[in-house]
Amino acid sequence: MDNKCDKCSKPATIHLTDIVNGKKSEVHLCEECAMADGLVKATLPLNQLLQGLGLTQGGSAGGALVKSSEPPELTCEVCGLTFGEFRQQGLLGCPHDYDAFAPALEALVERAQEGSAHHMGKVPGKAGRDQKRATALLRLRANLRTAIGQEDYERAAALRDQIKELENG
Amino acid sequence: MKLADLTTSAGEWLREDGPMHDVVISSRVRLARNVAGMPFLSKCTPTQRVDLEWRLRDHILSAQPAPGMFYVDVAAANDLDRQLMVERHLISRQHASGMEPSVKGGAKKHPNYARGVAIGADETIAIMVNEEDHLRMQVLRSGLQLEQAVEDIFRVDNLLEDRIDFAFHTRYGYLTACPTNVGTGLRVSVMLHLPALKMTGEIEKVFRAGRDMHLAIRGLYGEGTEASGDFFQVSNQTTLGKSEQQIVEEFRDQILPAFIQYEKRARQSLLSKNRLAIEDKVTRAMAILRAARLITSEETMYLLSLVRLGINEGLVEGVTLKTVNELFLLCQPAHLQRILGRDMTAQERSETRADFIRKRLG
Repeated sequence: MDNKCDKCSKPATIHLTDIVNGKKSEVHLCEECAMADGLVKATLPLNQLLQGLGLTQGGSAGGALVKSSEPPELTCEVCGLTFGEFRQQGLLGCPHDYDAFAPALEALVERAQEGSAHHMGKVPGKAGRDQKRATALLRLRANLRTAIGQEDYERAAALRDQIKELENG
Repeated sequence: MKLADLTTSAGEWLREDGPMHDVVISSRVRLARNVAGMPFLSKCTPTQRVDLEWRLRDHILSAQPAPGMFYVDVAAANDLDRQLMVERHLISRQHASGMEPSVKGGAKKHPNYARGVAIGADETIAIMVNEEDHLRMQVLRSGLQLEQAVEDIFRVDNLLEDRIDFAFHTRYGYLTACPTNVGTGLRVSVMLHLPALKMTGEIEKVFRAGRDMHLAIRGLYGEGTEASGDFFQVSNQTTLGKSEQQIVEEFRDQILPAFIQYEKRARQSLLSKNRLAIEDKVTRAMAILRAARLITSEETMYLLSLVRLGINEGLVEGVTLKTVNELFLLCQPAHLQRILGRDMTAQERSETRADFIRKRLG
């Protein structure tokens, strides 16, 4: 198909066939015009992403038709996981990924969780203080891993002490 | 208490007198938790995994969240013991096979992967260590006992939370390796016996309605198992944006009554229209079980399901629900081999299974 967009002269990538009362009509649009008409939502990569994870129930209208460029690769500075790896595997690498991959992850979580992305349930007694400490621990452990990899045992020992201190504190 | 002590009888969850037992076999709730400050398992080094397992095992055993709780090193256990725990719903299939969650290159099979399970003496409480999340705790009870199960699981959770900092996020709640479990980390599932809906062909309709209610419907052994036969596991998929109480109440007050009502209506309709045909099916099933010399696990399940329906609808006499429930479990491959005390080929198992059933059904 080498149709041009019905509204401008760009190549059409969206082809819609409507059948109303037995009458068939065809619309050909480029991505931009389709978006302007509200036929295609701007959050297209999400759709592909969810399909990759098997979270969609069949393709949704419009979105599945469009191929769009991938967003820039997000990487978690703590565990090194990339968003692409997460998409492939469906598993996150560390608790910090929930922040590192926002807002792409937020959209995904909303889709998987009936449109909700806010916890309404049980909260551990000492949650606030622990969250910061937990992230600090994650960072220290990631650094420890690197230090051991580089055979920098002096640094590794210092990091291990810091971890111990933080864990007991 | 050891694993070997569990083999000869069924756990509490297969008790014959649980509430609504004619349709609801068992109720299960599980919580997913991860240790704060540690990577999820896919990014743990082997040392970190071993360290996690030791720490968590010590915490669990010192907290003793269930009477007589003991720990099984799943990585060191033999195949038969692993399979036995799967058949008893104490561990998942993934946990038995030791699929190492790995971000690069997909899940790898790694039987030595440090992992285990803590089991309470009556088997209602089991805590998997290093499955997909650092901790997966479950309560499994017979019949419809969601409240009791929820009460138990939060007692366990609170006991462990006194000792362990769990990864928690103000917005996302309890953090899990897969975002489909994030928030409460709570999965509620019930195992249902729906033979009449299967016979009338209405089961597909019920499944569709279930999916519209954001439920997952699976086979007997949960994730990754086909919903085949007459037994189905129904569970919530949404773990975030609702409180634990809300999730459980929806299940108890809306979802379950609907499933139970559909099944009961289908049973009534079958019996009022085709009583003789149903009686014929049930009594034939009974006759085959009492006479067979070779029988596979699948055929056993199929026939026991009919007998179970027959007992609950007053069509069979001389056999109790207790016996049928026990046979469901004890006729599974690992149980059979354990009872007989040796490895057997499939053919040998068929023979032994048939013998075993004939003796039990008299």
